[in-house]
Amino acid sequence: MPKSPVKNDVEKIALIANELREEIVRMLLEAESGHTAGSLGMADIFASLYFKILNVDPKNPTNPDRDRFVLSNGHICPLLYATLAERGFFPKSKLKQLRKLNSDLQGHPKFGSLPGLETSSGSLGQGLSQAAGMAMAAKIQNKPYRVYCVTGDGEMQEGQIWEAAMFAPNKKLDNLTWIIDRNNIQIGGHTEDVMPLENLRNKLESFNWYVLEIDGHNIEEIIGACKMARSVSQRPTAIIAHTIPGKGVEFMEYKFEWHGKVPSKEQALKALKSLASLEGKIKSDYD
Amino acid sequence: MLNTTLNLNEEIFLQDRELKSGRDGFGEAILKLGEEHEDVVILTADLEESLRVTPFRKKFPDRFIETGIAEQNMASIGAGLALSGLVPFITSHAIFSPYRNWDQIRLSICFSNANVKIVGSHAGFSNSPDGGAAESLEDIALTRVLPNLTVISPIDYWQTKRAVEEMYKIKGPVYLRICKEPTPQITTENTPFEVGKAYTLVEGTDITIFNTGTVAYEALEAAKILKAGHKINVEVIAIPTIKPADKENIIGSAKKTGKCVSLEEHQINGGFGSAVSEILAEEFPVFNLRIGVNNTFGESGSYQELKDKYGISSHHVVEAILNMLKEK
Repeated sequence: MPKSPVKNDVEKIALIANELREEIVRMLLEAESGHTAGSLGMADIFASLYFKILNVDPKNPTNPDRDRFVLSNGHICPLLYATLAERGFFPKSKLKQLRKLNSDLQGHPKFGSLPGLETSSGSLGQGLSQAAGMAMAAKIQNKPYRVYCVTGDGEMQEGQIWEAAMFAPNKKLDNLTWIIDRNNIQIGGHTEDVMPLENLRNKLESFNWYVLEIDGHNIEEIIGACKMARSVSQRPTAIIAHTIPGKGVEFMEYKFEWHGKVPSKEQALKALKSLASLEGKIKSDYD
Repeated sequence: MLNTTLNLNEEIFLQDRELKSGRDGFGEAILKLGEEHEDVVILTADLEESLRVTPFRKKFPDRFIETGIAEQNMASIGAGLALSGLVPFITSHAIFSPYRNWDQIRLSICFSNANVKIVGSHAGFSNSPDGGAAESLEDIALTRVLPNLTVISPIDYWQTKRAVEEMYKIKGPVYLRICKEPTPQITTENTPFEVGKAYTLVEGTDITIFNTGTVAYEALEAAKILKAGHKINVEVIAIPTIKPADKENIIGSAKKTGKCVSLEEHQINGGFGSAVSEILAEEFPVFNLRIGVNNTFGESGSYQELKDKYGISSHHVVEAILNMLKEK
């Protein structure tokens, strides 16, 4: 995997990712329901996207030329909300409203409820198609923006994902980057036990995607892969990001039981303590 | 007999009247719309010729998207295009869209209030030789339940053309239900059409027939028979916009006649007749007999044979109304 010369940014982004993790734990504690493992696992990728890759402006969130970010597995929206707030799309004080009545922070993203949200999601498998639609719109309108779509891996058991996977290469959507959160878990267990996805790389390559595989906690690799995708012509790029569900909170890591569960007060304090001790210096097992 | 203020087709009951289909109207109207507005994009799931959009594809190849046989993908792609400022028309047979992709229509489109136009052709029995598997008799129920979605079911070719122009002006999702079969022209180029408005095709005092879609013609024929043979003055009200429905005109006619029948080429459960009955039950409770397909699937046959067998042709309406008036 090629590395980009972004050393100075890397530490900054790692610190942000850790702050996002702390925010997620606080939000989920307050909300008393939600999805913990995937939200924590994708923090490095979201921090990299919103603080290095995406051409977005919180002061002009509907700029027609902005890059689009589509979250398909909407249940990890605590991370999206925390990231948007951190990036300045809305005040951080809103974050504690997650999942409350009359809140803009719905349990799954609702388009229009917050600046920076590009779609609605929840029912799995729809985001890649929506992202492909946005990428087609850029081609039709001769616009320079790129579209980034995050899906879960378990989500790829939905048939619609494969409809979109056929469509995007056929339409030569080289302005589309698909990031797959390959954390190997879903609500009912490990993906390879529930309904195997492997060999995932071969599947995607046979659909004519340009495929990269990265350590989803290595910020240089995340940024490097997203930059490389920009230079791929005539076909879309899929980045298989190997991540650890629950990353950063040791007692949650790798455990599918934390997919749809939130910590108790005691567990949250323990999690926050361990996150604080990391001080943004998360080391990946892939290092 | 026909309401003279609506510029309706005076030759409607002639033997050699012209028959035209809603899908032909759609194909012609969408081509014109594409010429007028460069944000109009068409998507099809391998039914280009069937939806009559080949002329659009030839003229605007960059605004024509073939998704292959993948209606779920098509609906969500439509949402992505709409959220990027375009006005996509996702086109297929009604039996596939909004059926196969109802979840995508709900979440990707309606939940985001995305400006996607959903066009379902071959609705009702109009795909009749293909049999019950291919006949969409539930799509009104599926769509009218969705928040943010406007549901339009034109009564003929000309009204389909007008509906295409008008649905473009709505900033939000719309479902257009159209007929494959050529049917008599009730309206003309000069007949008014507004989304949300019901139209009194025939004024009457004894009983009202509310109708939607191309069975409006069966309602007109029933009214003609009842007038000539039984001196019954039937009011015929076409309701091309099922949601939002024209409550004022529905209630107004019910107040005038006090007896109602609804006629649809669709299941009576959850469909158009249910929508009319809901309004009447809440606002002006009068008897409304729902005529339509009653809790059964269709089968193969000609369009007229199926309308006859499943109880939605003019003579069924005549019989039902005579029974109603006898009982009351």
